[in-house]
Amino acid sequence: MSLDLGREILDLTLEHLFLVMLSMAIAAALAIPAGILLTRRTFLQRWVLGFANIVQTVPSLAVFGFLIPLPFLGGIGKHTAIIALVLYALLPILRNTLTGILHVDPAVRESAIAMGMTGRQLLWEVELPLATRTILAGLRIATVTTIGTATIAAVIGGGGLGVFIFRGLASVDTTLLLAGAVPAALMALAADRGLEWIEHKLSPV
Amino acid sequence: MSPLVSFRQVSARIGQKDILHNLSFDVEAGETLVLLGRSGSGKTTALKMVNGLLLPSAGDVLIEGTATPAWDLIRLRRRIGYVIQDAGLFPHFTVAANVGLVPRLEGWPPRDIDARVQQLLTQVGLPPAQFATRYPRELSGGQRQRVGVARALAADPPLLLLDEPFGALDPVTRVELQQQFLDLRQGLNKTALLVTHDVREALLLGTRIGVLHHGRMVFLGGRAEFLKARDQEVQAFHACLAENWRETI
Repeated sequence: MSLDLGREILDLTLEHLFLVMLSMAIAAALAIPAGILLTRRTFLQRWVLGFANIVQTVPSLAVFGFLIPLPFLGGIGKHTAIIALVLYALLPILRNTLTGILHVDPAVRESAIAMGMTGRQLLWEVELPLATRTILAGLRIATVTTIGTATIAAVIGGGGLGVFIFRGLASVDTTLLLAGAVPAALMALAADRGLEWIEHKLSPV
Repeated sequence: MSPLVSFRQVSARIGQKDILHNLSFDVEAGETLVLLGRSGSGKTTALKMVNGLLLPSAGDVLIEGTATPAWDLIRLRRRIGYVIQDAGLFPHFTVAANVGLVPRLEGWPPRDIDARVQQLLTQVGLPPAQFATRYPRELSGGQRQRVGVARALAADPPLLLLDEPFGALDPVTRVELQQQFLDLRQGLNKTALLVTHDVREALLLGTRIGVLHHGRMVFLGGRAEFLKARDQEVQAFHACLAENWRETI
């Protein structure tokens, strides 16, 4: 392996990591509050989950394609890639936030209300701590999936490890394919393990 | 002075179902009123109307003379102790944090909360040194229920609501806890409204007994009157009393 290839692997890995981390941060910032809100607005649950489900079923390559012609959101480059990745990451986080909170033991929730907790205290002191594990599991699933999906971002000029993969595909070069695929796989593995560890550490019960 | 709790022609309808019909009774300061009834008789619904977990669809529930919707419910609830079956403890709080919850919500200084928790745990027979830092999952059912009682007493509320508080316990532990409840009551002079389907528990703990049947109160009176009452539902409870005694012999 030449020195140049090694350097490029490092650069693209960092770029990939940046794409994933930024997308995850945005997705979590949107999906966790939305999930909490949904637990308070039962009638919206079906609509919002339905929408998120539909987004999830559209092939990722198509989503990137659909976004390109859009004004502001679309075009070629990183920001389009990030928007697509965010859309993909929303569902698992949203669904796990909702499930985590709805599965808090009703007797515990009722006790909290009967003890005179306000809505805010109920959320921060009881519901969120008890849902932490499930919410983090959603983040973990979303992160691992995003690391994989982010390789497709290269198609629309988003950069990242997908650059190697598409270059390798075009030139039928296995070394290039592996230079993209192996670091991505390792990153996914590390993220999975790392987040699982955090899940375990933060779980209150 | 108005009674502590007063039900005035209270009806409850949840969805399409009528749970309570025209219920009227008072809970006087210092007494333990037991609401006795089968499953589905509406006794838990009545209890939850006292601390505003449910509101009547007709009639009024008055606490110290003021109807529940007119109360600041957060404030009202912090002045009413609440104990449920299986305790409903917060699984992610230690025993001490569970017991100290309402004082903390009320903004007591940490030192006072600590002192109060120590005192209560001792009172319910759980040495603080051994139990304060444990989590609910590390306790037996009876110990959890004791913590539940301590938690309800923490901010020294004048009124206690107990919903089948000893229902999930083995018979020996149940008798122990019932006895402890009697001891506590004698020492603390609390008013209590207790819901149960166990006629022996009603006779043991109640200073008065109200019998609910299909959302109507078919009997209300002291123990002696209860044992003499001719109402069909009350007689049904007499019958299981006889059953129980036959078993013991």
